[in-house]
Amino acid sequence: MKKGKTVIQKPLEARKASPLLVSLSAVFLGIVAGCFFILCIGKNPFAGFEKILFGALSNTRRIGNTIGMSTQLILIGLSVAFAFKTGLFNIGASGQMLIGGITGSLLAFYIPMSVPRPLYLLIIIIAAMIAGAFWGFISGFLKAKFNVHEVVSTIMLNWIAYWIVYDFIPRFIIDPTISVKSKPIETAHTLRAEWLSKLTGSFSINYGIFLAIIMCFVIWFILQKTTLGFSLKAVGSNKFCAEYAGIKVNRSIMISMAIAGALASLAGLTYYCGYSNIMEMGKMPNEGFDGIAVALLGNCSPVGVFFAALFFGILKMGKGSLAATGIPTEIADTIIATIIYFTATNVILANFWNGKFHRSFERKEAAVAAAMEKHGDKTPPENLSKEKYREYIKEGNAILKEKKGVK
Amino acid sequence: MSYVIEMLGIRKEFPGIVANDDITLQVEEGEIHAILGENGAGKSTLMSILFGLYHADKGVIKVRGKEVHIKSPNDAYELGIGMVHQHFQLVHNFTVAENIILGKEGSFVYNIKEASRKIKEISERYGLSIEPEMVIEDITVGMQQRVEILKMLYRDADILIFDEPTAVLTPQEIDELMQIMRNLAAEGKSIILITHKLDEIKAVASKCTIIRRGKLIGEVDVATASAADMAAAMVGRPVSFKVDKKPSVPGDAVLELKDLSVMNSKKVLGLKHFSLAVRSGEIIGIAGVDGNGQSELVEAITGLRKAESGSIFFKGKDITNLSIAERNEMGLGHIPEDRQKRGLILSAPLTTNMVIKEFYKKPFSAKGILDYQEIAGYSEEIVEKFDVRSGEGIDSFAGKLSGGNQQKAIIGREITADPDLLIAVQPTRGLDVGAIEFIHQQLVAERDKGKAVLLVSFELDEIFNLSDKIAVISGGELIDIVETSETDEHEVGLMMAGIRKGESV
Amino acid sequence: MGFWDVITSIVPSAIAYTMPLLMGALGGLYSERSGVTNLCIEGLMLFGVFSSAATIVKLQAIPGFSFTLAIVIGIVVAMAASMLLSVLHAIAAINLRANQVISGTAINMLSTAVTLFLAQTITGSGNITIVRGVLRQDIPVLSRIPVIGQLLFHNTYWTTWLCLLLWGVSWFLLYKTSFGLRLRACGEHPSAVASAGVNVHRMRYIGVLASGLLSGLGGACILVTYAGEYNAGSGINGLGFLAIAALIFGQWKPLGILGSTFFFGLCMTIANMGKVFPVFQNIPAGYLGMFPYVATLIALVFSSRRSAAPLASGEPF
Repeated sequence: MKKGKTVIQKPLEARKASPLLVSLSAVFLGIVAGCFFILCIGKNPFAGFEKILFGALSNTRRIGNTIGMSTQLILIGLSVAFAFKTGLFNIGASGQMLIGGITGSLLAFYIPMSVPRPLYLLIIIIAAMIAGAFWGFISGFLKAKFNVHEVVSTIMLNWIAYWIVYDFIPRFIIDPTISVKSKPIETAHTLRAEWLSKLTGSFSINYGIFLAIIMCFVIWFILQKTTLGFSLKAVGSNKFCAEYAGIKVNRSIMISMAIAGALASLAGLTYYCGYSNIMEMGKMPNEGFDGIAVALLGNCSPVGVFFAALFFGILKMGKGSLAATGIPTEIADTIIATIIYFTATNVILANFWNGKFHRSFERKEAAVAAAMEKHGDKTPPENLSKEKYREYIKEGNAILKEKKGVK
Repeated sequence: MSYVIEMLGIRKEFPGIVANDDITLQVEEGEIHAILGENGAGKSTLMSILFGLYHADKGVIKVRGKEVHIKSPNDAYELGIGMVHQHFQLVHNFTVAENIILGKEGSFVYNIKEASRKIKEISERYGLSIEPEMVIEDITVGMQQRVEILKMLYRDADILIFDEPTAVLTPQEIDELMQIMRNLAAEGKSIILITHKLDEIKAVASKCTIIRRGKLIGEVDVATASAADMAAAMVGRPVSFKVDKKPSVPGDAVLELKDLSVMNSKKVLGLKHFSLAVRSGEIIGIAGVDGNGQSELVEAITGLRKAESGSIFFKGKDITNLSIAERNEMGLGHIPEDRQKRGLILSAPLTTNMVIKEFYKKPFSAKGILDYQEIAGYSEEIVEKFDVRSGEGIDSFAGKLSGGNQQKAIIGREITADPDLLIAVQPTRGLDVGAIEFIHQQLVAERDKGKAVLLVSFELDEIFNLSDKIAVISGGELIDIVETSETDEHEVGLMMAGIRKGESV
Repeated sequence: MGFWDVITSIVPSAIAYTMPLLMGALGGLYSERSGVTNLCIEGLMLFGVFSSAATIVKLQAIPGFSFTLAIVIGIVVAMAASMLLSVLHAIAAINLRANQVISGTAINMLSTAVTLFLAQTITGSGNITIVRGVLRQDIPVLSRIPVIGQLLFHNTYWTTWLCLLLWGVSWFLLYKTSFGLRLRACGEHPSAVASAGVNVHRMRYIGVLASGLLSGLGGACILVTYAGEYNAGSGINGLGFLAIAALIFGQWKPLGILGSTFFFGLCMTIANMGKVFPVFQNIPAGYLGMFPYVATLIALVFSSRRSAAPLASGEPF
């Protein structure tokens, strides 16, 4: 409270479940569900999870791979989270990834090797972002002008992107020996960095991780500090109020989808021109959907997205080592899907914790009341100092226990 | 004396509020019994308990002397209790007959012809004149209300609850409704009328139970109690509904509408060739029944809706094609009809809400970067000046505020922005008397400062209390503009029904 | 190949492609009309494909077991399994007031992951291929009618007739019975239904479960008619979302969705069999492949503006 203002005493009330607690509960339940499925097929869940952790983190090469996997998840998670903050549901990240990937791959083959690397990297990054922004913009435009639901339009655009890639690979960059894949990109034309590979022993880790971290910061800054973020969030929370206040709702929807598209496209670039350096015909990247899980689990905040992406990166990288245990690797995806279901129904989790907090708060209140009665203290409880309050809780609990014992 | 309904010692708590605290209501057979109370006093909660929508925490309900447990509207209908809700419970794209039989279709494959015949029969018997084949969205509000009444009669209800039934009717329609109620009572139906309007109670009710802030104040005999006493009992202190104000000193025209036509959401003209001038220093009240073009009028002026033809001049400049933001910047203030839908972002703190129209301007931001300190200071100023009460000051989420405080926050925001024209739509809907008085004073103060005020209200009392001139709108057309001092409710009421002065009824 | 030959080979295939879409869209119709937005048609249909495939493969492996009976059992299992999965959506949307779009997406992902997981444990690879699907049959007498008989009653799957029967029954249920009146009212104005003494939650459960049931059938039809296998890699290629688009394009009306699903069915046929016809031979495979999706987007542009969506769809009650 500022000086000179009347102090409004916050009435004492029970703690509310924080988004972090809810997210962690969802993760816990997802893992429990995973254990259940593993038990169903008669395997040992603990061995399974041990293998996952082993596969993801047991040496620097594996850690490098995990970071490489997480890179795209961070960017896609950011994409979904950003759209979500502005009231849109972007499930077209897969298609946007393909667009970013194909843009980067084409440029990788058609830009001469003589172009200096920093300039080259800048070109492919900007080109991929522009292409992805355009792809996202289409959905935003259709929503703003024609009221086409973005969920349906982004899915359609996913498949359109899928067929574009299907068409472009054989036309421009086919590897003649494996007729369904593109030629591998020269390492100098990927986002891979020699020093990172040397450091970790992994080829998957690339400059993308720095891009992802920078983007986390940029998105945080846009949402929290800028008027653009203010207006986008206003449209997301209540578009009728935003319209009334003079914010251009349709423009916001298009901008928001374009930014989301650019982020997902960047993810595609780091994936197809960094993590792996080839593209495959007829393959829809699943990561677009994992990004939804990342965003929801991270409560749509850039920091949350970062850590959620690392978590899912571990799951997705570590699952490769499950083969030895006989557990199908898809268990990881099952866990991810279950986690989203529980984040979607977070009411149930929040209610569970709120109820628990409420009961414990009531116990504390009763204890304080008992202690105060004993001392003849008449100050309203919200005016007590923290130390005194704690003291009373301890004392009161003892009193109440005694009473119970007497009964 | 036999009571047809007895609700004894009813208590109902919602999280954080006791809506009904030990309330007793006794209704005799064949009487019209009013329940009087302010908005939020707990009248609707009590009736929802009787109708089985809520369950009382404590208390006993007796119907015709027998104790009953009403768990759902079905139970209520079984006992012959029916209810006309304040917000009509009608499916807009169903026909009248489909709406009436919904839930009581008779058989799995229902016979709509047979039902229509029965509906017509009841309709004729009570003089309701209803066509069963009409679709709800095509009939007037008054007719929709009669459909609601038919719904109860179709289910053979003989205890009829009316929840604020007159809010959406013209004075003449109100008279008709009162007559229908008297007819029903004469046929032996018992009627419970929930209202906060004293003249309606005086007109039809025999007994009146008064509730204030969830508590029972008492039951009075309407014939012997004075209106002033009942009002004082309802509010808890003597009240005068008259607003003190000096005669207006109008200046130049601030807003001029010339031949303005606007489409409504159904793509037909909702406002037709509307011309009006609002001068500085005066309040013009738009009188009319909800849905007669008021929304189209306001939305066209504020820029939320495109004008089909005609023009809008604001401070001498043609603003017909300007954006909403440009109009706001020129000094147009707007207190929207729906404060929760349009007026505020409920999931955002007050700080965000207080600068929602101005965040992109100095001093709240510079070069696209927000200045939170300035925003907080400004919000603090509004909160203090307009006495907006909330749990956590300017950091409270707008959704956590009471309705009255939400409205004060909106009015504070609009007035602090210092507009030349203030458009207030239903500014006191659903508020208690204290908040209503405060808001009325603020609007008059703006007028006295030399601002132009355009007031849209469906409550004739409010229009008469505040306006210097009254413009009556009906069917999207301007019927007439009259000086408040030279007209009365009857005349305005006729005009609201579309009958121009001098025309015969 | 003459024009007539092209028509006679396209139309029966288009009808076969239409039926799964029709069932998905009809399921969506039940759910949305009851007031629950259902974006998990894709997941429910995929679950139908998988569960029928798993059942039929196991039964057809039993020596002497009737292939037809195996298919019938497979279809029933698919309907039951998808309905069971839709319960998850119902709980989230109706009881827990969750964001229905997210819940739907979660179920789509859950369906993809769980079916793949189970397929891996059953066959070791991601794919399950059944020995034989439904055989095409001529309808006696009717198939001999000139023109129409050749197009509609020649070489048909019996599942097609089952789907059309369900479509007709659904139309009757929705527009002629008290159940339909209540269900439709739930999607427009649930509190009106509640105040008429009808349990809104129950109606919405029925709506969502019906969407599970019908989507499951749709999935099974994909398997037993043209696909013949559960393929983990491609799933059902966004067919469930096409069904939702068809629901919008058909303006949430039974007759409308019959027309719109047939239109998409036609597009799918052209995409999948285009190479067979000389007219399309010079068009690259990529363009043919994206054709249904582009057509859908264009259709949505024209049909979304004036949306007849149930007013309360997506609003928890």
